[in-house]
Amino acid sequence: MGPRSLAFTIFVHACALLLAVVILAPVAWLFVMSISPAADLSAKPLHWWPQEADFSRYKLLLSTVENSAGAAFTAALRNSIEVAGMATLAALAVAIPAGWAVSRTPSVGWSLSMVIATYMLPPVALAVPLYMGLAHLGMLNNVFGLALVYLTILAPFTTWLMKSGFDTIPREIEAAAMMDGANLFQTLRRITLPLAMPVVATSALFAFLLAWDEFFYALLFTSDQRAKTLTVTIADLAGGRIADYGLIATAGVLAALPPVFIGLVMQRALISGLTSGGVKG
Amino acid sequence: MSGPFMTTRAWLLMLPLLAVMIAVIGWPLVDTIGLSFTNAKLVGTSGTFVGFDNYAKMLSSSNFQRTLYTTAWFAIVSVAVEMVIGVLTALLLNQEFHGRFILRALMILPWALPTVVNATLWRLIYNPEYGALNAALTQIGIIDSYRSWLGEPATAMTALIIADTWKNFPLVTLIALAALQAVPRDIRAAALVDGAGPFARFRFVTLPFIVGPLMVALVLRTIEAFKVFDIIWVMTRGGPANSTRTLSILVYQEAFSFQRAGSGASLALIVTLLVTVLAASYAVLVRKTAGSAR
Repeated sequence: MGPRSLAFTIFVHACALLLAVVILAPVAWLFVMSISPAADLSAKPLHWWPQEADFSRYKLLLSTVENSAGAAFTAALRNSIEVAGMATLAALAVAIPAGWAVSRTPSVGWSLSMVIATYMLPPVALAVPLYMGLAHLGMLNNVFGLALVYLTILAPFTTWLMKSGFDTIPREIEAAAMMDGANLFQTLRRITLPLAMPVVATSALFAFLLAWDEFFYALLFTSDQRAKTLTVTIADLAGGRIADYGLIATAGVLAALPPVFIGLVMQRALISGLTSGGVKG
Repeated sequence: MSGPFMTTRAWLLMLPLLAVMIAVIGWPLVDTIGLSFTNAKLVGTSGTFVGFDNYAKMLSSSNFQRTLYTTAWFAIVSVAVEMVIGVLTALLLNQEFHGRFILRALMILPWALPTVVNATLWRLIYNPEYGALNAALTQIGIIDSYRSWLGEPATAMTALIIADTWKNFPLVTLIALAALQAVPRDIRAAALVDGAGPFARFRFVTLPFIVGPLMVALVLRTIEAFKVFDIIWVMTRGGPANSTRTLSILVYQEAFSFQRAGSGASLALIVTLLVTVLAASYAVLVRKTAGSAR
């Protein structure tokens, strides 16, 4: 790098400080809103810091008293976990064999390219038939139906991640196991899959985050507490006539906690997953 | 092991994926194409064949043209700003300073925040009566009275673009940073010895290494921005006076609010075609830059 002038060092630190403020300020404000008494939030001039922290909204939203704001929120939380969990498992179930097949047999790779090209489809291009189809099957406002629809997003993405992962595992290891008399199923189960476990985990996390984040299909295909997910519930709160903005902020903090936690803890794996596609092209 | 056997086995393993894809994407897409030639309603009548009427009607409507312009504006401005800020912050994070590892870790925050939570957060910040932006700008003395940032056509789109940029530029940063770390130090040192200035070093040493990954980020972000729905729906629902209505919102209104499944389908396919053409022309561009950069 070479020696740097003092002015440059100061400049770099000033920019870094600015960047930290830009990134942190909105997130910090969301949290501050969630623990500020309603009076502080509607005060003019605005109180940027609560006189005393008020965590009652967290208790309210996580309570399961019937017909309360908490009941709607906890139902949505459960639905989000169920839908994202089921969709992730289903996506992995189809992605692992397909990803391995394309990795080991490049001649079928064009079919994966076609599957990935569906990324360009705006969800609105599939929404009407999916709506009619789910209605026909009686699966509107149903967590299973929503999880099924989420495969449109999750399956292509996880297959592509799995394929890139299998590409890094040398096929000679599999060939050696086969020579020792293991059949294909045994080889995959005992040799390849254990080696691919980190990629499976990364793919699962990405899939879960994608499903957790999804809003459009959930907005269309769910209508009440039986299936409404967190994203729809928060959008309802934000668009409704709620006087206490702190409650909306609290719901936002709670919905953001799992992905933010996953993001911070699994940073390394997520970034390599995010960038592998970019670097390999 | 023979070739045909391998291929058959590969297809068998692909079967579950392909079956699912046909069920949830292939069939709905074909059905959308069929619907687009009818005057079907969302509920009730399955409609009659009307040929290209829906397409003609949609393409010539002033609503569509204005919405296309709005979408293009949103996509071009937000993606351009995200790319520039993303690369600049990546260059910054590639420098040595105290706390850079913490700052790198923080970059994951906006990315990890769910889109709807991000939209809600900014909606609260822009709130006309109690929002933090109004409070801050008033207290600093930049504005005299509170304004409705999302309620006025003049500011709504800019406010949206800021919210979208805040969430998405860190992705560009992370991709660019990973690519920057792959630039060999000795090449940079050699350029320094040869007397190359900072801009020349960026243009001829750094840029060739990061342009490939950046192009991929550009393509993905542009496609996303053209399909945008969530953030706009939560923040403005396309208003005020349709000033932030993008194509996906227009299709939603046509097919679901007005229940016109037929014309909604034709509009959705027009959007699909636009995105495809855009992506294809980008792909050509990517191949060209990848060829000339090294």
